[in-house]
Amino acid sequence: MILVYINTLNGIGKSSYEAVTYAKKMGDSVVVLTNGNEEESNLSSLGDYGAEKVMIHREITSFESGQICDLISKVAEQHGINTIVFSHDHVSKAVAPMLSTRLSAGLVPGAISLPDSNGHIDVNVFSGKAIAKVSINSDKKIISLLPNSIPLEKNETTCVVEDLSLDLCEAKIKLLSKKELEGDIPLPEAELVVSAGRGLKGPENWGMVEDLAKTMGAATACSRPVSDIGWRPHHEHVGQTGIAIRPNLYIAAGISGAIQHLAGVNGSKVIVVINTDPEAPFFKAADYGIIGDAFEVLPKLNESMKKFMAQNN
Amino acid sequence: MKILVCISKSPDTTSKISFSDQNTKFDESGVQYIVNPYDEWYALVRALEIKESVGGSVTIITVGTQADDPIIRKALAIGADNAVRVDAQPSDAFYTAKQLSEYAKENAYDLILLGKETINYNGSQVGGMMAQLLDMPFISVASKLEVNGDSLTLESEVPGGIEVYEVLTPCVVSCAKGMAEQRIPNMRGIMAARTKPLSVVSPVDCQNLTSVVSYELPNEKSECKMIDPDNMDQLVDLLHGEAKVI
Ligand SMILES: Cc1cc2nc3c(=O)[nH]c(=O)nc-3n(C[C@H](O)[C@H](O)[C@H](O)COP(=O)(O)OP(=O)(O)OC[C@H]3O[C@@H](n4cnc5c(N)ncnc54)[C@H](O)[C@@H]3O)c2cc1C
Repeated sequence: MILVYINTLNGIGKSSYEAVTYAKKMGDSVVVLTNGNEEESNLSSLGDYGAEKVMIHREITSFESGQICDLISKVAEQHGINTIVFSHDHVSKAVAPMLSTRLSAGLVPGAISLPDSNGHIDVNVFSGKAIAKVSINSDKKIISLLPNSIPLEKNETTCVVEDLSLDLCEAKIKLLSKKELEGDIPLPEAELVVSAGRGLKGPENWGMVEDLAKTMGAATACSRPVSDIGWRPHHEHVGQTGIAIRPNLYIAAGISGAIQHLAGVNGSKVIVVINTDPEAPFFKAADYGIIGDAFEVLPKLNESMKKFMAQNN
Repeated sequence: MKILVCISKSPDTTSKISFSDQNTKFDESGVQYIVNPYDEWYALVRALEIKESVGGSVTIITVGTQADDPIIRKALAIGADNAVRVDAQPSDAFYTAKQLSEYAKENAYDLILLGKETINYNGSQVGGMMAQLLDMPFISVASKLEVNGDSLTLESEVPGGIEVYEVLTPCVVSCAKGMAEQRIPNMRGIMAARTKPLSVVSPVDCQNLTSVVSYELPNEKSECKMIDPDNMDQLVDLLHGEAKVI
């Protein structure tokens, strides 16, 4: 039996279904563990991807890494579980290493493949500039799956939802408040991303980026200098020192394509580059290139996209 | 406040990445090492700011060999008081966390800071492992940290918002953008760093939990197809029909 831990405090995202798909493809039965207030009817949707059971601990309602670690390790022990799968998100980045230490279970953070016949798993290293094959030396194993790494696969399974009561260690992290951000689509999960750089000259020109993103149902991103000078929020900064993403489509306007930027986006399936400078290094990493002024190209692309959307939806 | 900052080396961000020994080893020839940016820009600088406002000390620690002394001196030049090097080759995250924790355990720090990940292995593992080994709370990917006596207020970006937490020291915090601004060491700092104490300690026995079997480079992109800026309909057609991404 494989245990998948998912974070449902912000709803059930696509990456949770991916983690269940991944575990199911490993060939064993899959049970899911989570915590919070998510409704039973939503939780049972995990059965569409192969989960037989969802266990939910309703008392942990905030991101308390110590208690979540305690919860997973107690459940794993009770059920004699040797393999635990996470989605590589902000919760797993805190909890999976704690759990790895507690269970003496080797951890593969940011897996992008299933284990091969030798049990080796691919992960991105050097911020996307290379891939490493990692082997886990311990009997117990923890795999944290990078979002957008494997296609979702339905596997209709009858899924029961069970409320868990378990005594847990004391909470040490107190959630004081939460500020909601205007976030439409979380960037790491987005399949389509429209991104822009210093070539856009100022924050007042981002309307055309947002318009295109809205038409396409895409998330927005930016280069590092753009977030450093405060034109855009930090969480949009992609690259070697920002977040690494691997959407199906990455459209970059007014970004030169410095090696540090490419590192965070070269896992994208298809890259479109819009730049006035035919020598911009980004063209070397692009699938489709447009030599032109973003101020003219983006609105035109938006119009064409709108037409396409109207015909296809 | 007694602060320990864990630093790691990482290849300069412009390094060309290649491998040797049948793709089993990172090829270090011609590679310039830097302090991992998350450790330097955010963890170390925030530690120095805290020391400047409430007093205390900032110690940096790394697991590495003598070849890593230049990055230790760089961190000292930015302003850390003293440095510790655990004399070993860091072979996996658990091994590294174990070495760092052993030292931390004996020296009772109020706060342990490190970057949210390294830019070579991107694992985000060491902080959580240390927290578990030291039985301390762990706040990951924090973008703000304020000290009020023995309690800390922290902010973390989560999907859809920012969460604000309170936690008591001692604790472990992994640091992300927003926490501080990069500091460039000045001449005085660089001179002072030469004589700041650097102690070298022996590693403890520890088994790796994981190992890297081999590396590979991502597939080269095929030729870029150029599209006329006045023909965005064609781009949309290609994205739909050829690339099949919309
Ligand atoms: C340690 C380190 C880490 C770094 N990490 C990151 C990172 O994580 N992410 C990141 O993005 N960067 C990172 N950088 C910075 C990186 O080196 C580049 O400086 C940065 O990516 C450049 O951003 P840009 O492309 O937006 O700006 P620029 O380099 O200024 O490029 C602007 C581009 O816009 C084009 N342009 C101008 N006007 C127009 C127009 N009207 N229409 C279309 N195109 C136009 C120009 O031809 C140019 O190519 C890092 C640097 C270092 C040293």
